[in-house]
Amino acid sequence: MAEHYDIVIVGAGPAGLAAAEAALGQGARVAWLDAQVTAGGQVWRKDVRYGWPRRVESIVAKLLDHPNATWMPQTQVIAAEQNALLLQDERQALGVTYGALILAAGARELLLPFPGWTLPGVTGAGGLQALAKQGWPLSGRRVVIAGSGPLLLAAAATAKRHGAQVLGIYEQASQAAVHGFARTLWRWPGKALQAAALRCELAGTPYRCGSIVARATGNDALQLIEVDGPNGVQRIECELLAVGYGLVPNVELAQMLGCAMKREAAHPYVAVDDSQRTSIANVYAAGELCGIGGRDCAWLEGRIAGLAATGSAIEASLLRQQRLARRFAANLREHFKLNPCIHDLADPDTLICRCEDVPLRALENFDDARSAKLATRCGMGACQGRVCGTALAELGRFPRSGQRPPLFPARLSTLGDLPSPSDTEGLF
Amino acid sequence: MGYRFGVKSYDLIIVGAGIIGTACADYASREGLRVAIVEPGPIGGGATAAAMGHLVAMDDDPAELALANYSLQLWEDFTGIEQIEYSRCGTLWVAGNATEFAQIPEKIARLAAVGVPAERLESEQLYRLEPALQRGLTGGMRVPREAVVYPPGMARHLLNRACVRGTTLYPLRATAITAHGVQLEDRTSLAGSVLVATGCALPQLLPRLPMRSRKGHLVITDRYPGVIHHQLLELGYADSAHGDADSSVAFNVQPRPTGQILIGSSREYGNDTPEVSMPMVRRMLERTFRYLPALRQLNALRIWTGFRPVSADGLPYLGRVPQRPNVWVAAGHEGLGITTSLGSARLVIDQWLDRPTAIDARPYDPARVATWA
Repeated sequence: MAEHYDIVIVGAGPAGLAAAEAALGQGARVAWLDAQVTAGGQVWRKDVRYGWPRRVESIVAKLLDHPNATWMPQTQVIAAEQNALLLQDERQALGVTYGALILAAGARELLLPFPGWTLPGVTGAGGLQALAKQGWPLSGRRVVIAGSGPLLLAAAATAKRHGAQVLGIYEQASQAAVHGFARTLWRWPGKALQAAALRCELAGTPYRCGSIVARATGNDALQLIEVDGPNGVQRIECELLAVGYGLVPNVELAQMLGCAMKREAAHPYVAVDDSQRTSIANVYAAGELCGIGGRDCAWLEGRIAGLAATGSAIEASLLRQQRLARRFAANLREHFKLNPCIHDLADPDTLICRCEDVPLRALENFDDARSAKLATRCGMGACQGRVCGTALAELGRFPRSGQRPPLFPARLSTLGDLPSPSDTEGLF
Repeated sequence: MGYRFGVKSYDLIIVGAGIIGTACADYASREGLRVAIVEPGPIGGGATAAAMGHLVAMDDDPAELALANYSLQLWEDFTGIEQIEYSRCGTLWVAGNATEFAQIPEKIARLAAVGVPAERLESEQLYRLEPALQRGLTGGMRVPREAVVYPPGMARHLLNRACVRGTTLYPLRATAITAHGVQLEDRTSLAGSVLVATGCALPQLLPRLPMRSRKGHLVITDRYPGVIHHQLLELGYADSAHGDADSSVAFNVQPRPTGQILIGSSREYGNDTPEVSMPMVRRMLERTFRYLPALRQLNALRIWTGFRPVSADGLPYLGRVPQRPNVWVAAGHEGLGITTSLGSARLVIDQWLDRPTAIDARPYDPARVATWA
């Protein structure tokens, strides 16, 4: 049952794809897996109408055809131990062992509570983009995009391409900060071009800085939002609101493996060396996992990790480009810093834990995640605290508590089925 | 006790705010004692938080049965309190074979002797009550008045009541028992009688009372209301619970009021790390699937571990600590601390007050442990 691979890659976004391509190029036997049906990750998610970007399509096709590559779609890591992973796909549990493991699990959106954020019709910005690409009907629907960072532009462009009427993009960063960022772009000509192309595509769509969605209202679904901006509060009628305050790394598997972490503001990321090695032997991490760095950074780090994990030389130019990409990310972070008043949007009645319906008021007397969880059920639900725990960390309340298997909700049969007699020794 | 500078005086200083410590604080404060309770961690955050919360009378040992039965009657005062999540689902003991089935009349008689109603079920009655059970079981025994609760909710409720009556919570570690009381980590001294209710951590303050930790695992599912209706256990459960094997598992599954299904149970000596052990989880679930195969396709959300405090002979230490004037103990309940918490508290506090106890306190006297000689 436990199949051995030279390299196992968790995540098939830019970092995972680059790692797979690099490792296969060195002759390794590679398994690459992703929770989604198709490769591409969030940023290169296959669009039901427009497909993949051409470059991605050819890479994915090459990898799928490669005799040394095993693609495991809709597969999640449930538990991990020394050199072995317990996986689950739509049908069954699988065990794999590895020579080296490359973590490329990417990031998820930072969703922060405000009154009305749980209404039907309110999603994340990246969430809306994913829904659109999966064929969720947007045609003619009135959409507002809000939050922070360039992801808002990408989400708006995708929504528009799918026929949505994008009423506006509301960026929390001030106009001065956004202009300051634009003035630095000459140092990254590729990024400047990308930004220009997006602005072209979004011509006619209002882009307002220093604006925060303070409230969403509606009876059974979203009807009206209040945006707090430089010129006061504006009320906008809309059917869909997509709010994303940036991204946070998906470090849970790395934490379970015991990889050393660093911290960017309230959120942990995986510490790596120049070759993307983590503190745990034979475990590498690349891309958003090592701090939010964006698509280009993920691709470069995935390639470095793929080469390092196969014991191959890493070209100096690759490392130089990676450092440049990381500098871009730092620059972005600096200019799109969250306005602290976003931390205070939630009312006492605003739900913080959406799985267990726990309002902010119920959490007031607690200063650690475990006490709060034991008393209120906050974080006990199916998302295992990924949403509320991350939000509470961002709000400065308390950090998320530690990781235990199952890493994701798992069928009991996955956890309980006895390994077959042919099972490799040492797997659990 | 007189007032000394920098020293706060109480009648009773309880160390540990698990379900035992908080039950003691609740009862002692009700009886008018000036109480302090010392707990550096979450309230009910140790074995209390790891427990299933099954209120059950185990009939294998007369002393244990007496304490459980006494406590179960006291639990009746807590059925309507939301945060305790009291749910009278009843216990259903399942007989996997004729030998187990044959023990049932004797068990029913032992329970009846203390006033706990129970009934024998033929297999068709068993499947009518629990259709998800695997076919081919011989029958079972139903104890309809038993219940499940949410133990950390109970601990908090008991503590809140005690605090309303003037009990003081010190959210600090007790570093030592002194001649006059307790020393806290910030050097505060508390003066008064000391009652140690720290479960597995007992040896830190009372090293001469033997205490072992017995690790357990629990798995909880997503919400699947109506799959099972009773707390379900195999009749062989007591062999696992009372046996002294290094490790054992038993079928023990509970319907939570949320619709979630809580799955136990495992017992392990000699493993003091809190990490989830996948081989143990696998053994436990494999046992579960034998009785409830339908659970295989359900989703598990979380797994956790905890440690049961096990005394030298399996019965809790409840009473005065020999050779230590003014030091008392309430600890070592193994897997029955939730059920027996309320009775344990009365037994200790009534002795402290020099009152007669409602049940015979001698089986729990810490002096029974030979190491004092």
